Amino acid sequence: MNKYDVIIVGAGVAGLSAAYVLAKAGVNVVVLERGLNPGSKNVMGGVLYRQMMEELIPEFWKDAPLERPIVEQRFWLMGKDAVTSGGYKDLEWSKPPYNNFTVFRGKFDAWFASKCVEAGALIINETVAVECIVKEGKVVGVRTTRPDGDLYANVVILADGVNSLLARRLGFHKEWRPSQVALAIMEQIKLPALTIEERFNVASGQGVTIELYGDATLGMMGTAFIYTNKEHVSIGCGTLLSQLSQSKITPYDLLDRLKQHPLVEPLIKGGEAVEYYAHLIPEGGYHSVPKLVGNGVMIIGDAAQLVNGIHREGSNLAMTSGRLAAEAYLIAHRVGDFDERMLSPYAVAITESYVIKDLKKYKNATHIMEKNPAYFNTYLPAVNEAAKEFLSVDGRPKRSKQWLILKRFFGHRGWFRSLWEIIKLGRSMK
Amino acid sequence: MNIDDKLYLNRYIIDQFSHLAIKDQQVCTDCKDKPCLTFCPARVYEWKDEHIVVGYEGCLECGACRVGCPYDNVDWVYPRGGFGVQFRLA
Repeated sequence: MNKYDVIIVGAGVAGLSAAYVLAKAGVNVVVLERGLNPGSKNVMGGVLYRQMMEELIPEFWKDAPLERPIVEQRFWLMGKDAVTSGGYKDLEWSKPPYNNFTVFRGKFDAWFASKCVEAGALIINETVAVECIVKEGKVVGVRTTRPDGDLYANVVILADGVNSLLARRLGFHKEWRPSQVALAIMEQIKLPALTIEERFNVASGQGVTIELYGDATLGMMGTAFIYTNKEHVSIGCGTLLSQLSQSKITPYDLLDRLKQHPLVEPLIKGGEAVEYYAHLIPEGGYHSVPKLVGNGVMIIGDAAQLVNGIHREGSNLAMTSGRLAAEAYLIAHRVGDFDERMLSPYAVAITESYVIKDLKKYKNATHIMEKNPAYFNTYLPAVNEAAKEFLSVDGRPKRSKQWLILKRFFGHRGWFRSLWEIIKLGRSMK
Repeated sequence: MNIDDKLYLNRYIIDQFSHLAIKDQQVCTDCKDKPCLTFCPARVYEWKDEHIVVGYEGCLECGACRVGCPYDNVDWVYPRGGFGVQFRLA
């Protein structure tokens, strides 16, 4: 019988973080990956957060395949031919210890997996986990598609990503609703490093992220993004699946429209598209996080909806959840008991960490924005109209402009209603 | 750039069996909007000769069709180990 201490389903950053901590502690751990190798199925916009990775591997940036440290985060509220922009640039972020990096998951995850192997983990590629093996109310292993592919363990950690098929089969959550996930698509555009640095106004090796709202998603709830890599630019857009589905526009037409936007096109002009991706992003937030622990099983990363959509954070939540699940296992391992009660320190630790605290802070925000399309299709464009009014010098007195701006912002939907809607959103994020 | 050109950029190891299946074609016939025809980012689903054709070969394995089908009519599993799209960058 194939028996391990721990089986981890999925070699993304969540699963690999758990594997790394366990292997380092001498635990007999196996990671199942369905792709040819770790990373080949993994898609992310591209930002990997330094702090949470460093909690696992100190100074990983000296060794890991990274694209660019991000020194500037820009925010663009898009109109048809206009943009209201903001951002923050900090050259401290160009130096150790850095803030975050763009990475290619195809390369980064392969590297991270090799670190896990060095630490003593076993990684089995090209293997799909079909379901958990449950005996007497306890998860005791995983059924795979390989011949004689039943593997057994004290604990199974589900890190199988947003689709989270195994946890659903266990009854930990229902199928996600189309309003609980965003569909993001992305292209990788190849451009010379020097061209990228000139166009994005950064020094050699430095990187920029731009999040785009408003017209970039045709007023649908979601964001578009442009991230710089060494010799590629990632460009993509993500919208709630529920809203995309109603819009009757294809996601690739939405992306092409973005690429042709007169304010975006100069950034990627002359570049060659080299790869095309699609991925669901968990956007359900706090209310969608399923039961995280059962007898002999823990759920981490996207599989547990651990994504902070408002701050576009995900890889960091994945890594922290993986580490905390591994640490909970280590305590249970010493006692030799792996029931729900013994593994529950994982659920407690994650609830006390920034992961659940941040999701809780915004627990109603996504829902409020999703239920009322005005935030994305009325108020965001109104910011652009206001900026235009304020900055166009046309001989009209400023006071009448101010009045017009307020009228544009609040007049669309009625003063009281608008005021209430804005207060409501503000309160949901406090 | 049309969708076929986009998909052509990717590396696929195509299985001879489809990992996607329509549970009941009649449900699709009766489905008024057929949203999968537009929201699928790989245009896997096409309406031809009064039924849905599943072009699983270009699937990006995102899961949108499974979540987004209004009638839960897609039998969705991952391709067999080692098959399907294999991203180089991302």
